[in-house]
Amino acid sequence: MLSIKNLHASVEEKNIIKGLNLEVKPGEVHAIMGPNGAGKSTLGYVLSGRDGYEVSEGEATLNGKNLLELDVEERAREGLFLAFQYPVEIPGVSNMEFMKESVNAMREERGEAPLTAAEFLKKAKEACKQVQLPLDFLKRGVNEGFSGGEKKRNEIMQMILLEPKLCILDESDSGLDVDALQVVADGVNSQRDGERSFIVVTHYQRLLDYIKPDFVHILADGKIVKSGDASLALEVEKSGYAFLGKAYEEAEA
Amino acid sequence: MSEQIEQALERKYDAGFYSEIESETFESGLDESVIRRISAMKNEPEWMLEWRLKSYRAWLEMEEPDWAHVDYPKIDYQSISYYSAPKSMKDKPKSLDEVDPELLRTYEKLGIPLHEQEMLAGVAVDAVFDSVSVVTTYREKLEEAGVIFCPISEAVHKYPDLVKKYIGSVVPRTDNYFAALNSAVFTDGSFVYIPKGTRCPMELSTYFRINEMNTGQFERTLIVADEGSYVSYLEGCTAPQRDENQLHAAVVELVAMDDAQIKYSTVQNWYPGDENGKGGIYNFVTKRGIAHTNAKISWTQVETGSAVTWKYPSCILKGDNSVGEFYSVALTRGRQQADTGTKMIHVGKNTRSTIISKGISAGNSNNAYRGLVQMGPRADGARNFTECDSLLIGDKCGAHTFPYIESRNPSAIVEHEATTSKVSDEQLFLCQQRGLDTEKAVSMIVNGFCKEVFKELPMEFAVEAGKLLEISLEGSVG
Repeated sequence: MLSIKNLHASVEEKNIIKGLNLEVKPGEVHAIMGPNGAGKSTLGYVLSGRDGYEVSEGEATLNGKNLLELDVEERAREGLFLAFQYPVEIPGVSNMEFMKESVNAMREERGEAPLTAAEFLKKAKEACKQVQLPLDFLKRGVNEGFSGGEKKRNEIMQMILLEPKLCILDESDSGLDVDALQVVADGVNSQRDGERSFIVVTHYQRLLDYIKPDFVHILADGKIVKSGDASLALEVEKSGYAFLGKAYEEAEA
Repeated sequence: MSEQIEQALERKYDAGFYSEIESETFESGLDESVIRRISAMKNEPEWMLEWRLKSYRAWLEMEEPDWAHVDYPKIDYQSISYYSAPKSMKDKPKSLDEVDPELLRTYEKLGIPLHEQEMLAGVAVDAVFDSVSVVTTYREKLEEAGVIFCPISEAVHKYPDLVKKYIGSVVPRTDNYFAALNSAVFTDGSFVYIPKGTRCPMELSTYFRINEMNTGQFERTLIVADEGSYVSYLEGCTAPQRDENQLHAAVVELVAMDDAQIKYSTVQNWYPGDENGKGGIYNFVTKRGIAHTNAKISWTQVETGSAVTWKYPSCILKGDNSVGEFYSVALTRGRQQADTGTKMIHVGKNTRSTIISKGISAGNSNNAYRGLVQMGPRADGARNFTECDSLLIGDKCGAHTFPYIESRNPSAIVEHEATTSKVSDEQLFLCQQRGLDTEKAVSMIVNGFCKEVFKELPMEFAVEAGKLLEISLEGSVG
């Protein structure tokens, strides 16, 4: 599915990702943890092609396609989805029209006919229910006046509607209470079908109680410094990142 | 990002074609003999000619205004031709079958088919081509309801009492430089009269097209809504793509008698000039309405064209409890300049006005909102609410707000809100991450910004306006 080899990337000429390797196979859930400033969010932006994130070395392919050659929207249409940590507001554009355009852009890429308004509405209503957002969210402006938790659930709703191949969740748990966390996790788990892959970026082990990862990676100073199974997350929870030693100190510096 | 947006903004002007139509065009120049000739072409009664000449003499004494936040070379009024009409119109075609097919094709290309059976159901159109009205549709159906909808040149003959009574009653001949010029040389435009207690059975619209080179367009529209009546009216405008600037100086007067309502919508898409500011229309327009007791006047405008726009659709809220509204979207890009806004003159008691202005600036353009809210001494309990939002796209454009508030009544309430925002990298990135290309993303964000105004447009045209904005923002696709 996703293959990252020796990736180096910088923001405003500052190196953030420094030789990162990661293989994600279909159906797998990978959790990426690490101290602040390790480059966790940067990884999501680099993979999705955000302006200002420059790749200087290495490669990243999604199902054999070189991601780094594609525009942001082309990567999205290849099935890469990023759930934002802080989703931005687009005043006056309803969630409904935004998602309909978006879903139909994906369908066009797959050579499918666009959904009619009625067909889309049916799907959107189901997705709304799944993340326990009231239906009037479809009429409201994209993220306009949403609470933090509503924004996060809205991201998961978009993920459900877009049916991506690879989902990157950027701290989708931050700022959520336990109930909201459960809703977000249920949404994600409902989309696990043995084919779709997930990269779950999080600061806390807590989320991983709800979304069971196949692998846990510790990212520090732009590299994966340790990989393991779910037990690695528990270890971090218990004793923090002290075991990183020098690498951690560098990252904090 | 700004590079992507710049590309997305590279413009394409769909209405920029020229139609090969044999025309009778006056040589350029302006003096009293030219005005006499215009009047003679229209076979006008003496009083109309006198009115024109008085206006002309006043205009000679006036000075071109320079207070607007726009910059353009001095206009040589002697280099303009003041009359141009398709030759085929000379013998007044009786029906569409007699109209030059090339003329009909021109309107078809612009998406305004003039054959009634092909038209948008429920919309009557007056098509004005250069200096004359080509055709007015659905006239019989409107006549059944007692509604008069005809070219103003015809109204001068058929309804002289109405025209005499109301022309210049809202915008006096000498109101301002361009209004005086218009009063002297206006050639055609629409006249509307809605009788007492009548709800006009369909939308009325006038479609203005400038075709000939070096001509100015000076149209005059007069709408009178008698007591308790209602009318919704829309105007649209386009012109060919040319390197020379052309002048469009129109006057629109609205009269809403007691309990009447007039809804006036404009979709203005004159040729804006190329990306270096060459060519384009100078759109210097005076629009004003007077609202009597309990009457309501609502202006909605979507301004995407013209090289320079100077336009302030206004309301005189004369009668008690009368209501004025102004909803505006003004988009400038390339080297376009717009100085537009409104005047709300509160005279009567408990008068209310709402101003929602959305300015979008892109490229190297300049977009200014200029608005006056005046509360007169008798305007007890009057209220105004103004919201003035600017959206900047890129970093080379400008947005300016010039609000003027004059209150001579302590019980009047005036509220003013203003915001300036940018299409942010983050918004664009979110849209693209969801699979939308830059063009689609920008037009979606801009449409969202304008939503409050678009919802005021008649339904058929709200879709048009959205599309127009999309075309305006479209890159050179294909």
